[in-house]
This record gives sequence, C-alpha cells and structure tokens, in this order.
Amino acid sequence: MSVAVVGAAECDLGVTGLPVLTLQTQAITRALADAGLTPRDVDGLATNGIGRFATTQVAEYLDLDLAWSESTFVGGSAFEMYVARAVQAIEAGQCSVVVISYASNQRSARSRSLGAVAEPALPEAQFEAPHGPLYPASHYGMAAQRYVEVYGHDRTVLAAVAVAAREQALLNPAAYRYDAGPLTVDDVLDAAPVSDPLGVLDCCLVTDGGGAVVLTSLARARDLPRPPVVVLGYGEATTNVSTAGPDDLLATGAIASGRRAFGRAGLTPSDVDVVQVYDSFTITVLLSLEGLGFAAPGEAPGLIGELALNTSGGGLSYCHPGQFGVLLLVEAVRQLRGECGVRQVAGAQVALAHGTGGILSTHATVLLGVDR
Amino acid sequence: MNADETIMPAPPQDPVTEPWWQATRERRLLLQHCASCERVQYPPRSVCTACVATELGWQEAAGIGEIDAWTVVRRSPGPGFDPPYVLARVRLAEGPVLLTTLPGSGPYRCGQPVALTWRPLSDGRRLPVFAPLE
Ligand SMILES: [Zn+2]
Repeated sequence: MSVAVVGAAECDLGVTGLPVLTLQTQAITRALADAGLTPRDVDGLATNGIGRFATTQVAEYLDLDLAWSESTFVGGSAFEMYVARAVQAIEAGQCSVVVISYASNQRSARSRSLGAVAEPALPEAQFEAPHGPLYPASHYGMAAQRYVEVYGHDRTVLAAVAVAAREQALLNPAAYRYDAGPLTVDDVLDAAPVSDPLGVLDCCLVTDGGGAVVLTSLARARDLPRPPVVVLGYGEATTNVSTAGPDDLLATGAIASGRRAFGRAGLTPSDVDVVQVYDSFTITVLLSLEGLGFAAPGEAPGLIGELALNTSGGGLSYCHPGQFGVLLLVEAVRQLRGECGVRQVAGAQVALAHGTGGILSTHATVLLGVDR
Repeated sequence: MNADETIMPAPPQDPVTEPWWQATRERRLLLQHCASCERVQYPPRSVCTACVATELGWQEAAGIGEIDAWTVVRRSPGPGFDPPYVLARVRLAEGPVLLTTLPGSGPYRCGQPVALTWRPLSDGRRLPVFAPLE
C-alpha cells in the first residue's frame, strides 16, 4: 500500500471541562503540527460524535476545504474503518491529506448512561430493552460468563487483563491511572459488580479525551519531518446490533476482520511486534486476541503479561472517551516511531490496531509498519 | 426484577410485530415461519432473511430451550428495574435465540434446560421469560 500516517496526537485527556470542538481542535492541530502540516493542507476529514453533521461541524469550525469526508458511526471501531477509507480515497486521488479525529467531553458533561439506547422504532426497543439489559455491559457480561464456563476458566483470567493494563498505565504519564498505583487480581474481583462476572474494574474508564492521526501518500510522507508509518493492511466485519443476534457469542467479528487485514497485508499474527486491541471490557481483549489469531479459542489468558499489548494502558487505565479507536492508532504510530519512552517496545516494526464497537457489533483491524 | 411489574413502561409495537404482541396476551410465543423455505426467525421482520419472501406466517414455539449465556445485572438500566436480576440468552428448541430473564439471582449454567413462563405488562400484553426445567 502507498499511504502512510504522518502525524498523531492526543487532545487533553481526563476531566477537561472543555467543549468538544475545542478538544477536536486540539487533537487536529496537534496532529497536523506533528506532521509538519497545517489545516490549509487538509482536504479530507473523517470524524463522528459531534451532532448530526460531524465532519461539516469540524470543517466549518476550522475553516477546512474538504474534497472528501467520512462519518461512519458504528462505535469505537469506526476509526480503524476510517483508515481503510482514507487509504482508498488517497490512492484514488480524491484527496491528498486526511485527518481522522475524535474527541469527547463525556466525563465533564456527565453524559454517559447505563441503560439501553434503543430508539423506540427499532426492534431492540420491543424485544430486548424491556428485559433490562445494561447497554453495553450486559452483553459483554454474558460473553464473559459463557467464556469462563465453556473454557473452564474463572474470573481471574478477566481480572488479569485489567491488571496488565494498569501496569502499562503506570508507565504512561498521560494515563488517567498513571498515579493510581498497581492493581491486583483481588482488587478487580472485589470491585463493585456491574453485570456478572464483570465488575467495575473490568469496565473501561469514563473520561474526556480523543486524538487524531494524519494520512497522506507515502511519497509525500517521505518529505515530511516524522518517519512515515505505512498502512500495511486493513479489514473489517459487521455482525450484530442486538444481544440475541449472534449465533455464537464467543466467535466475534474479529475473526473475519483479522483474516481480511492479515490477508491484505500478507502477514500473520507472528509478524506483529505490538498489539493495540480495544479493551472496552476485559473480556473484549481475550475474545479479540483469539479472533485475530494470536491464540486458540480459550487460550488468550496465556498471552496476558507476555504479549506487547495495549501499551498506553488502554481504555481500562489510560483513557476512554466513549470511542477509543483513534487512540489505538495514536499509540500504534508512536510505538513504531520509537517515541514511547519507558513503555517503548524495543525495535517494533509492525503494529496492529483492532477496534470494536457497540456490543461486539463492529470490528476493524489495521496493520501498520515502519517504512523499509 | 421489581415485584410491581406495572411500573415498567409498555414496549412499543408496530404493524409487523403486532400479531406477535397480541399472541402474548394468550401466553403464546410466536416465531415467524417462511412457507417458501421453512426458515423460522425471531424477532419478527418484514422479510425472510433466507429467501427474501415477504409473505411470512407464524408458528407457536414449544416454549422449551436452553441457556446460551447469562449475567446477573447489578445496576439499574433505568426506571422500572430493580437489580439484581438475571438476564439470559435462551436458545429455543426451534433454533432462534431470545434475550429474556430468569428468576432469582442465579447461579445458572450455560446449557441448562429452561421452559417458557410469562410476565404481565400493564396493558395486558406479556413478556416471555424462562425458568429452569428441573
Ligand atoms: Zn424463506
């Protein structure tokens, strides 16, 4: 492929008290500055989560002149999908510099709700919401319960994912839990229950935050200040919108998404040096690693603490602004540039970012590599 | 769930799903049946997803199934719900999977056989819920 990531940045994270367009502006202008570019260079924008006309909203706020825009709204995997669309648009010549951005002030605005979000006209309002699911926690709780029963595990394999995320966050000054000290398996098991077997420490944070990445042709990337990070492959899968929808809760769309991305890149999981998978819940990490082919079904717990995984501290301990997908990309890019300080994975050449949206509803995988 | 079920808001229905909801008044759980290809599907929709037929009939479920997955809900998703209660995916003998509830607060096990019961709604319709067979 002939497209590269040339800029990456976070906006302010945590509890910011800032309007969402201010956070978007921070993410975009910081990522462009990182790339050695300005808003005048941007002719493509992919974002969501700001009103009904997200790209238009940002374009007017920053006075962008867009030849291409994209606003697929499918939860946290959208940003990995945007990479695929951006590569296609740049390769087709529709635009030349794409910004993929996201920001949320959900913690400051206290806008996160626990209940079902089914719109009254949709089937879930009739056939699921009346039974009282927490959305999305109950779906992941059921997947986790089936996971531990089917494979003969217990809650400790889930807790270990949260413990590993905290270990990484302690190495990342930008992480929400940077100063919180280490977590133990017992801390996770003893935390307030949410939807069994998941407790509150099995669930991602609720924070403000966001980020942006900038893409352009590899030819142009080689003239810009940062080492290019090449898009090697991408794939996605769309599975279910309801909890009753999937035939097998444990065989997620990560299987097809990963197969498509690895196939396009001509790579296998053993070629990947650093892995960023969406950790909305602890169970999401285990199911995604297995679906992507890093472990056989039921065996992902053996990778936790061994694999270079979620090096930022993830949605569990670093930042979770409602949709985490863009920050998976930011951390993958920084690892491949060797910018991660004490949490740097030595000599990382290939990174994987895998987003998951909704209730294991949408899945998108991106493979990135250093420019050889 | 709360003993006073009438505080739960009555779910919406629409022209496609109305026969399904009306049958709940008679404690009958309906599944859509396609006469063209024999597919059985749930929830009701305006097309057979196997053969694209739009003339779909109904068949009554036997009301037997097994637990596919379950979770104890520990926080309230909103007004009318009183945790803890057990939410479950039940796979019917006919094939389709439903989201439903089980009595008490567990524990249950995946694969456990269950049978249909009903929970009344304030307007005379009912929600299909399940209880252990043994
Ligand atoms: Zn049919």
